[in-house]
Amino acid sequence: MPYRLIKFAFSKQHPEAAFFRQPAQIRDSYDAVIIGGGGHGLAAAYYLARDHGITNVAVLERGYLGGGNTGRNTTIIRSNYLTPEGVAFYDASVKIWENLSQELDLNLFYSNRGHFTLAHTESAMRTMRWRAEVNKQMGVKSEVLGPDDIQQACPQIDLSCAGHAPILGALYHAPGSVARHDGVAWGYGRAASQMGVEIFQNTEVTGLDIRGGRIHGVQTNRGNIKTGKVLSAVAGFTPRITQMAGIRTPIVIHPLQACVTEPMKPWLNTILVSGSLHVYVSQSSRGELVMGAALDPYELHSTRSTLDFVEGLSSHILDMFPFLSGIKVVRQWAGMADMTPDFAPIMGRTPVAGFYLDAGWGTWGFKATPISGKTMAETMARDQEPELIDAFRLSRFREFELTGEKGAAAVGH
Amino acid sequence: MSYRLPQQSGEWIDRNLTFSFSFEGKTYQACNGDTVSSALWASGVRVLGRSFKYHRPRGVLSLANHDINVMLENGIDINLRADVLPVTAGMKLDAVNTAGGVVKDYLSVLGWLAPFLPAGFYYKAFHRPRLLFPFWENIIRRMAGLGVMNPKAPRLVSPKTNLHCDVLVVGGGPAGMNAALVAAKQGARVILVDENARLGGTLGYDSSSGLGPGQQLEQLCEEIEAHADIEVHLSSYAAGYYADHLLPLIGPEGMAKVRTRQLIVASGAYEQPAVFRNNDLPGIMLGSAAQRLIQRYAVKPFERGVVLAGNEQAWRVALDLLAAGVELAAVIDLRMDPPPAGLIPPAVLVYSGYCIYEAVGSSGLEGVWACPWDGQGNADQSRAIYIPCDGIAMSVGWAPASALLYQAGAKMKYDEDCQQFVPDSLPPGVHAAGRVNGIYGLADSLADGERAALGALGLSSVINLLPASQASHPWPLVEHPKAKNFVDFDEDLQLKDFATAAQEGFNNIELMKRFTTVGMGPSQGKHSNMNAIRVLARLRDEPIQRVGSTTARPFFHPVPMGHLAGRSFHPVRHTPLHGWHQQHEASFTYVGAWQRPAWYGPDKATAIVNEVRAVRHAAGLIDVGTLGKFELRGLEAGEFLERFYTGHFLQQKIGTTRYALLLDESGVITDDGVVARLAEDFYYVTASTSNAAAVYREMTRCLQLWGLEVTIVNLTGSYAAFNIAGPLSRQLMEGLTTADLKQISNGGAIETQVAGQQARVMNVRFVSDLAYEVHAPAQSILSIWQALVEAGQSCGLKPFGIDAQRLLRLEMGHFIVGHDTDGLTHPFEAGLDWALAKDKTFYIGQRSLKIKANKPLTKKLVGFTLPHPPANLPDECTLVLEQGRIAGRVTSIAFSPTLGQVIGLAYVAPEAGIAGKRFVIRHQDGSDVAAIVSKLPFSGAAA
Repeated sequence: MPYRLIKFAFSKQHPEAAFFRQPAQIRDSYDAVIIGGGGHGLAAAYYLARDHGITNVAVLERGYLGGGNTGRNTTIIRSNYLTPEGVAFYDASVKIWENLSQELDLNLFYSNRGHFTLAHTESAMRTMRWRAEVNKQMGVKSEVLGPDDIQQACPQIDLSCAGHAPILGALYHAPGSVARHDGVAWGYGRAASQMGVEIFQNTEVTGLDIRGGRIHGVQTNRGNIKTGKVLSAVAGFTPRITQMAGIRTPIVIHPLQACVTEPMKPWLNTILVSGSLHVYVSQSSRGELVMGAALDPYELHSTRSTLDFVEGLSSHILDMFPFLSGIKVVRQWAGMADMTPDFAPIMGRTPVAGFYLDAGWGTWGFKATPISGKTMAETMARDQEPELIDAFRLSRFREFELTGEKGAAAVGH
Repeated sequence: MSYRLPQQSGEWIDRNLTFSFSFEGKTYQACNGDTVSSALWASGVRVLGRSFKYHRPRGVLSLANHDINVMLENGIDINLRADVLPVTAGMKLDAVNTAGGVVKDYLSVLGWLAPFLPAGFYYKAFHRPRLLFPFWENIIRRMAGLGVMNPKAPRLVSPKTNLHCDVLVVGGGPAGMNAALVAAKQGARVILVDENARLGGTLGYDSSSGLGPGQQLEQLCEEIEAHADIEVHLSSYAAGYYADHLLPLIGPEGMAKVRTRQLIVASGAYEQPAVFRNNDLPGIMLGSAAQRLIQRYAVKPFERGVVLAGNEQAWRVALDLLAAGVELAAVIDLRMDPPPAGLIPPAVLVYSGYCIYEAVGSSGLEGVWACPWDGQGNADQSRAIYIPCDGIAMSVGWAPASALLYQAGAKMKYDEDCQQFVPDSLPPGVHAAGRVNGIYGLADSLADGERAALGALGLSSVINLLPASQASHPWPLVEHPKAKNFVDFDEDLQLKDFATAAQEGFNNIELMKRFTTVGMGPSQGKHSNMNAIRVLARLRDEPIQRVGSTTARPFFHPVPMGHLAGRSFHPVRHTPLHGWHQQHEASFTYVGAWQRPAWYGPDKATAIVNEVRAVRHAAGLIDVGTLGKFELRGLEAGEFLERFYTGHFLQQKIGTTRYALLLDESGVITDDGVVARLAEDFYYVTASTSNAAAVYREMTRCLQLWGLEVTIVNLTGSYAAFNIAGPLSRQLMEGLTTADLKQISNGGAIETQVAGQQARVMNVRFVSDLAYEVHAPAQSILSIWQALVEAGQSCGLKPFGIDAQRLLRLEMGHFIVGHDTDGLTHPFEAGLDWALAKDKTFYIGQRSLKIKANKPLTKKLVGFTLPHPPANLPDECTLVLEQGRIAGRVTSIAFSPTLGQVIGLAYVAPEAGIAGKRFVIRHQDGSDVAAIVSKLPFSGAAA
């Protein structure tokens, strides 16, 4: 029994303090305002305080902490991307993840499972080889494995996929992990709060005060705030904020759905992704199978679920695991993915001085939480992006210098 | 001993048909119609399952499909719910998630550790030291989870059906039944669905409601059965609400997807437990569960029991227990005022203003401590009385089964008089009736059903009912310093867990749910959410309305993946020549949905070499019927192609072919094909197999935007095609056609007869300098193909597959879109400058290319050879390195039998892309392989 649990049993009062300071009033001005109380926004607040000593910061969250895509994603963490810039960036994130529970002193259930991207076609095998070689070149552990290795890691899988899409091989990425998504937001929120950051839930930004090409403040449903630095970290709500800022981005919003089964005893120890069958699956520490699929094919600013999603997903999961027929899906949900044309994020300064964008996180934002927070904090503190995120600058779309990560998206989109 | 009662008037069991089944290794008897829980309870079994976290013994709670602490496995399926699972002969069942069996589960020791494990404890520990986390995680993962999945379980294939109706009524209780009848009588086509095996809802077990309920139920059922326009689905549940009134009904055999004009939700309410210490001991059940046991299954719930009362229902439960011969030790009434005379026989002891402070027992209830209380959770222990008993029926309140309403977008409000959430505003076409609407009592429920039905049909109704008063007790929770007063039975959450969560800052209903996991178990909060909301409202000192509830998402009730998947649909496309390929030992590969021959014959390596040799030295035939094939007709067809592709097509001569390169708006290569002009206003266009559908979609999209006078017909499926290539191809073709093929040798196209069939013949030199593509209607292609095969038999003609084709085109130096290009490749990188018309005013992607043209190239596609090839060649997509940096990658590589060397295509740094220059390929095994840039086509390749 870990020592830390003992205090619970022998304290008269529950010995834990509140995670977050929740001041009743928002002050008139802050050194920086972060729009969005998800993982990215809270991480940026944490690193602003920790690395740059900027603690006079307000985080504004329209709903509740981590209630957007942080709490809706399927929590896969990996760095087996396709472009050298992407691999370097996500690898830096994985390195922070590995010690994040200890750093935030909150058990995020960072669980290293190994990640298989299954290839069912020759062309998918080529992409796996490409990613493996780029990864290796960048010092990231990825390799192409054959069907036997897959069978060994997951003896239950039907390699023929009911004869419809035989598995030819896989990209195996040993560092692939999952983590407890809510905990990430709470952990960063708690640590930021302890350093003086103020967090306001149920606080919606209604406008931006921009004069002379520079940000001067934000308007909220709870009053106006003066500030010279604003970060937008709002995922699916990005177009609404950029519209307030008068900034054009190529972001479009597509729903991304997921679902979860009833809990069962552990049997699936790896993370499996199939591009051809458009599904991915892992088993949570609670024993549920967490499953997702491709983006909905239409633009929509909504988190409503559809029946076809869960029908198609079940059909494809059963191709791989026919014995799950009787396993029940308990819950389905959707998030709003802010998609970019090249499947890479948009990070850094914008044409409005003092207004920074952390957006375009589509379906790949959760794994980047620590590094995006760290690099955006640096960008805000110095008004200059670190080189690590140069490939993600907004201007790349005008300059035709895209960072093509479509080939590394989890499933075909 | 048997707890089976004498025959009850509406019982669901058939006493003439009995059988035995086993539970945890012991054999029991059941009547047909029994559920596992009812049969076991009748046999005196009290511990039916174990709880998730502390492995506490649990028995019957609801008997209403959410007794999730009583889940079973049968060797195939897991997490079967005993309270609704019908017993069949010979069943062998075990409880899930026990260590050493349900009776002596040694993990029940965890109950003693509960003080160490408050809500969210796992966030606070196990991560230090980091290296030990996998050890702890392993333990935690094994402790979690319910049943043990069986990897040998069969894939169940259940059919799906689609149904349409005017009115879908969810819930076959009095309100729903009457709503269905009223709607049907008005001429509507109605579907009525209920999760139970029989209609009736509360009318079937709450026997004291209204007058002559037995008769009334029978009458309603008869009327419904007799009505031709009411389709009844029993043992089925509406699992979710989706846009435009789509609701999947999940039954034992599969899923029916109902699209309805109007939806009436008459789904009733879930009875809610009271919260007091040890409120989970077997023998403590909801009042409605006791009633279900008695009326449906003729099972005596207990011998000597108490009723915990908080609403009107409690008196009926008490009367039912008395009628079933239960010794009623007391009614403990949470309310302060004594009941009006006449509700309950004077002999029954009623403690008004009392609560149950604590239940006593180990594996079953032995007695209760009842205390006077303040109605707010605080008991006066100084006046505690002990009442020995083996059962408690809790009738303290309800929570509406409103999941479908929430999913449909209803706004709910908390009615302080009824103490229940009721609909405030409903979306168009959605109606609520009965208990979900706050309407209780038989007469009112029937009337509310009628009102909803008339409303659904757009008819006016004079009925306007208000929610019942005090249907639920506002605070059925009692504090206890030793806790074990459970709010959530799925997750073993105790009352104090909510206070500690709030103390830690999780005082928003969504955050509280996520931190404590309340409502996240398999019953999805059906018996816990309402109490959790009450607790949070009190902690925040706010009205319940302001606390609100968590978002209700599908599914309302878990759905097996087999039912969702149905039969599965995997379309496969075959060309008209597929049968011929099969007869000639073709090995097939998938290209999208198409199956194409990869090679012919038993051995891949020799087959490919022989096929390539045939094309180079004699002739070869390949089925290219999978290509996209489009006819464009109209005066502006040329103008359309001029805008669509990068080349010139307006001036294209009739009877010629041209290369067609398609870009997207950002100038990225998306497809290529051939355009043949067959008449002034008639072009025939091909697209690659993988992109055929996308190209057609893009063509039709552009046509709408541009508004040109063109008709596009997609012949991809109705036309077939093959390519005949090699030095003998002209000779072989000329034997079958009168056309002068020399005339089209240099990029020509004609319509002519081949082997007596009308066909389009084009000179397409993808795999060989001398090659013809023959396109003909699907039904006539086989005869042309066979005629050529026959003619070529003596001179070495062979069919070849796509593996040989890939090699042949590589020898020719041709790239394949998607194989040698990726999602960002533009024509300058691929060396396709020549395919871009310089003097056009517009084509798709032109604007982007103008910008790209002013930027330095970063990589370039070149041909290469390997001077010293390793035995194991580098894979396609291995990297090209330039001073340790990634400069590009190999896109194609193979040993060319024709040239006797390894050739390939690769992206290299632009300055390295000059014939004769050397570059380095990083082999997948980590070694470096030298390569030399080669001119294209590779010399000596073409025949």
